[in-house]
Amino acid sequence: MSQPIIKVDDLRVTFGHAPESVTVVDGVSFEIGEGEVFGLVGESGSGKSVTCRSLIQLFGGARPSSVTGRILFDGQDLAQLSPTDFVRIRGTRIAMIFQDPMTALNPTMRIGDQIQETLCRHDGLTTRQARLRAIDLLKAVGVTAPERRLDSYPHEFSGGMRQRVLIAIALACRPKLLIADEPTTALDVTVQDQILKLILRLRDETGMAVLFVTHDLGVVAQTCDRVGVMYAGRIMEMADTTQLFANPSHPYTRALLRALPAHGKRTGRLEPIGGAPPSLADPPKGCRFHPRCRDAVFDCTTVRPPLVTVAAGHTGACLRMEAVS
Amino acid sequence: MKLVFFTLSRLAQLLPVLLGITFVAFFLLRVMPGDPATLMLGSRGTPEDIAALTRQLGLDRPLSAQYLSFLSDIARGSFGRSIAYKAQIGPLIGERLWPTLALVGFSTVLAVAMTVPLAMLTAVRRGGVLDHLVKIFFVVAMSMPGFWLGVLLILLFAIVIPIFPVSGYGDDFLTRLHHLVLPATIIALGTAALTIRSLRSSIVAVLGADYIDTARAKGMPERIVLWHHVFRNSLTSTISVLAVHTSWVVGGTVVIETVFGIPGLGSLLVSSISARDYPMVQGLTLTFAVLVVSINLLADVAYALVDPRVSLS
Repeated sequence: MSQPIIKVDDLRVTFGHAPESVTVVDGVSFEIGEGEVFGLVGESGSGKSVTCRSLIQLFGGARPSSVTGRILFDGQDLAQLSPTDFVRIRGTRIAMIFQDPMTALNPTMRIGDQIQETLCRHDGLTTRQARLRAIDLLKAVGVTAPERRLDSYPHEFSGGMRQRVLIAIALACRPKLLIADEPTTALDVTVQDQILKLILRLRDETGMAVLFVTHDLGVVAQTCDRVGVMYAGRIMEMADTTQLFANPSHPYTRALLRALPAHGKRTGRLEPIGGAPPSLADPPKGCRFHPRCRDAVFDCTTVRPPLVTVAAGHTGACLRMEAVS
Repeated sequence: MKLVFFTLSRLAQLLPVLLGITFVAFFLLRVMPGDPATLMLGSRGTPEDIAALTRQLGLDRPLSAQYLSFLSDIARGSFGRSIAYKAQIGPLIGERLWPTLALVGFSTVLAVAMTVPLAMLTAVRRGGVLDHLVKIFFVVAMSMPGFWLGVLLILLFAIVIPIFPVSGYGDDFLTRLHHLVLPATIIALGTAALTIRSLRSSIVAVLGADYIDTARAKGMPERIVLWHHVFRNSLTSTISVLAVHTSWVVGGTVVIETVFGIPGLGSLLVSSISARDYPMVQGLTLTFAVLVVSINLLADVAYALVDPRVSLS
């Protein structure tokens, strides 16, 4: 991995106050190198969205009661920044795109204005300059006839086109890190493929790092250089994508892969993971996956497994990794 | 251009509505007990006198003939002659129209001026001290009937602290504005009580919208997020609340006009109804109808200006 652009260390995000507090992200650490696409995969409610939202301190309606840990971005600890200083980071050095392009654009504002707004604000461009730059951006993300489309409203665009516009907005000020929170979940498969390729191409062109959140292992295989597998607010396993798919070391990762249909191969019956994800209000002691783990032993119910190195650049949090693999 | 066309086509659609209103106004009045001739002559009127006056007023003709002549009067731009005032109705209404329009317009401006900042503040700091204070204040203001609030305000701001006139309507723009401050404030309080709630809850809903996250993720400061992104998207439901309430206020100014001695349409309507001044009541009903319809037209245009998804066709 190249020089890390962002280093997250022991991130912990709690909502509500004791005794009803819920720790949604519980000691998550990872780093992303320049130009690297790092994936966070997990089921709904595993804390992957909250993890990436804490990186730019945008929580929508529900604000967490506490966020602890260190987030070193470009040598600066984001956790120490005041809200006003954070506004200067957003959009300029860290940008974010969201899950549902149908609702992520302001419906009463022209597309062009939504792109130009950030250019005028952060790069100090005049309206005329910003308009020219917005045309370039739309061209770069593959919107046809951008000169004309600038004056359209979001409802005149399809879902895929809207996601392209959102990517153009995110990349307007050349951020060093793009956070993509399930950017293709709401799109159909062919459009999904186009958007993924677009993100990879733009990564190649700009050298930005990408934090890619998804629940789709197929998307991970296609886009990510490295992956962290999250479960119930913790990272269970982290490795290069090829390594993870070839040698999954954590029982949870293995279970996920067994539940994944392989393209063009007959793999027999898919195996679902028994049970349901735990409630984070009252998570299981020890390893959080133990109630659903077929390899669990008594220790798993009491000891929190540390994240240990399995191979170079491959870590896992399971007491029985050697026994299992 | 599109907007002009839209307005014109909407106006054309209103003609059948207005025709319906003339029909209802005309026949409802005739169903009411009591007739103008008896009321005018009072207890001294002999049956012969009453019959003569009825004939003179044209009220002995068949209803259909009376309705048709009412319609033909309107088509010629006149509402006919008032029975009680013995004069053309058009100028009489015109004279009374301006005070009412000024009152309604001024109170709407005041209501909007209260609504926008208060709704924004209480929505952003919801659950805060100001949020509760505003809620309590407007519930109290709304629960007090207008005449009572009017008397209180007159006592306080016209007698104890004499900064506003007790009643009446001035002669030039500034003195009129001065006279209208208290009555318009009372109407505005009632309107704002509704619109603040409506706008506040829309703002709260829009604050949770995905595109607000996008705006923040772009690094827009909170002030711009609120005024450029949240505000405009919160307006639609409040525009309709304001339109409905203002339509109601147009017909409901009579109490305030009476308390403050403003020579408006409301007081004219009440006196005309008790005199069974049929042509006058018909003319006034039609005037109110046109006002209400215009307010709704304005609201439709406002929707289209606020939200590009509302098509102007």
